Amino acid sequence: MPRPTLAELSRALAAGETSSRELTEAALARIAAGDERLNAFINVCADEALAAAEAADRRRERGEAGPLTGIPIAHKDIFCTAGIATTCGSRMLENFVPPYDATVVQRLADAGVVCVGKTNMDEFAMGSSNETSYYGPVRNPWDVERSPGGSSGGSAAAVAGGLVVAATGTDTGGSIRQPAALCGVTGIKPTYGRVSRWGMIAFASSLDQGGVLALNAEDAAMLLTAMSGFDPRDSTSAEEPVPDYVAALHGELAGRRIGIVREFFDDGLDAGCAAAVREALGVLESQGAELVEVSLPKIGLSVPTYYIVAPAEASSNLSRYDGIRFGYRHPDAATLEELYKLTRKEGFGAEVKRRILTGTYVLSAGYYDAYYLKAQKVRQLIADDFRRAFAEVDLLAGPTVPTPAFRLGEKLDDPVQMYLNDIYTIGANLAGLPAASVPCGFVDGLPVGLQLIAPAFGEALLLNAAHRYQQASDWHHAQPEAG
Amino acid sequence: MALSRQDVEHIADLARLEIGDDEIADMVAKLSQILGMVAELGAADTSGVEPMAHPLEMAQRLRPDEVTESDHRELYQQNAPDVVDGLYRVPKVIE
Repeated sequence: MPRPTLAELSRALAAGETSSRELTEAALARIAAGDERLNAFINVCADEALAAAEAADRRRERGEAGPLTGIPIAHKDIFCTAGIATTCGSRMLENFVPPYDATVVQRLADAGVVCVGKTNMDEFAMGSSNETSYYGPVRNPWDVERSPGGSSGGSAAAVAGGLVVAATGTDTGGSIRQPAALCGVTGIKPTYGRVSRWGMIAFASSLDQGGVLALNAEDAAMLLTAMSGFDPRDSTSAEEPVPDYVAALHGELAGRRIGIVREFFDDGLDAGCAAAVREALGVLESQGAELVEVSLPKIGLSVPTYYIVAPAEASSNLSRYDGIRFGYRHPDAATLEELYKLTRKEGFGAEVKRRILTGTYVLSAGYYDAYYLKAQKVRQLIADDFRRAFAEVDLLAGPTVPTPAFRLGEKLDDPVQMYLNDIYTIGANLAGLPAASVPCGFVDGLPVGLQLIAPAFGEALLLNAAHRYQQASDWHHAQPEAG
Repeated sequence: MALSRQDVEHIADLARLEIGDDEIADMVAKLSQILGMVAELGAADTSGVEPMAHPLEMAQRLRPDEVTESDHRELYQQNAPDVVDGLYRVPKVIE
């Protein structure tokens, strides 16, 4: 029997067939039973969750419930939660208890959503395998010897493994879509500026964007409608009206033009993944969409561009971790200089240090023009490629990831191989575009994702196409056997 | 792009990051590998291209210069490792 979706739980709550307390207790019990195997959670907040569930049930009794009231979900541990430890996967923030809620957390709480815990992630969201977490790697529910992807790997594994019905995530270079693909769930990264970054711990501020991982497009639409919108506390928040993404799910695809990105079907793409993605494109065509081949000639430069821009911004953002105002502090520093250096030596892991040093180098005197300025120019060329493509088509499509989930440890010693995992996802971040990954098949028992990319603020069409695809396919119903 | 140990130590100093003797060889090798990969951009023709300032070409929003926040010092300092009389304590910086 397929597990209930968020929309089904919402209907059951509205019909009085269950309560938030019952759903929350069940989610906490599943986490207690299943998370030793997956390590998807860094922190479970049972007391706070049960209190929020009671409040949601009382709100429903008063007739003030909305569609999300009483639904238990999890937040990626990058979102600040008032009074609940927020580590960002790092030793640096092991004891950090935020004094405030991120806007995403606040908006979902206002809608009555219950947070059961904080999901594991690559340290400061820097990684594509979840192995850089100070709290240990997350395991893929489809094969616990394999990575769930990253950096939102805990959120993806928690949803795929049936621990929670949905979870928040963030995506700087593919960190929602890649783990969604590798774990067989639906993930959406909205347009840059669509979801507030306030209280979302910063990695690369011109690329970071919050979003959701869920069982299907309908559930993602319900959450995204509540999370999105202008926030005066985020200086790059977009002042664009938020459509009702749920109402937009059912539009016809007839007459829609979908561009198949030629460069995404390269030599690096696994043949089984390519076949699954092509079959999914056929399903969209049978729904009335017109498929056309398009080219993004500069997209091949997106990985090197990203690995200049993102580390540069990270080196600046992470300079705040100095051992003085919050976070870890080395106990034995004799001078201020030593305090900074030893705190950062002990507080950060190897991948974070590599990114800080890469970023510091490309921004340093004598190298800025050759690296950072050059990368921002190439970034413009990549964005221009997308702009030209969207003059011809309504959506772009292709694979999310080159291969199915890889083994834990397989790419750990080769950063460049690890970075190439995000080769199809990074472009949307560089251009600020919304993109989603939806399950579209299996290779050797491991999930494959179809990636859809829309023009800026085209989330409604993105979710519409994903929903229509899921109406005509059942890959999103597949679930791994419990271990 | 091969970096030397001295290059990495200089960058680490700029970043106020101590790299241990047990970390340095691996860091030199991996940073060289990463910079080798990003060097691919050097071949791209970017003549006449304006560097991107914002992915959606939005301008920075300004707000009226009015006080919007109240004082939360005590609350915020609960996360500080070492506080005395509302001040952050650090090792002595002047003799």
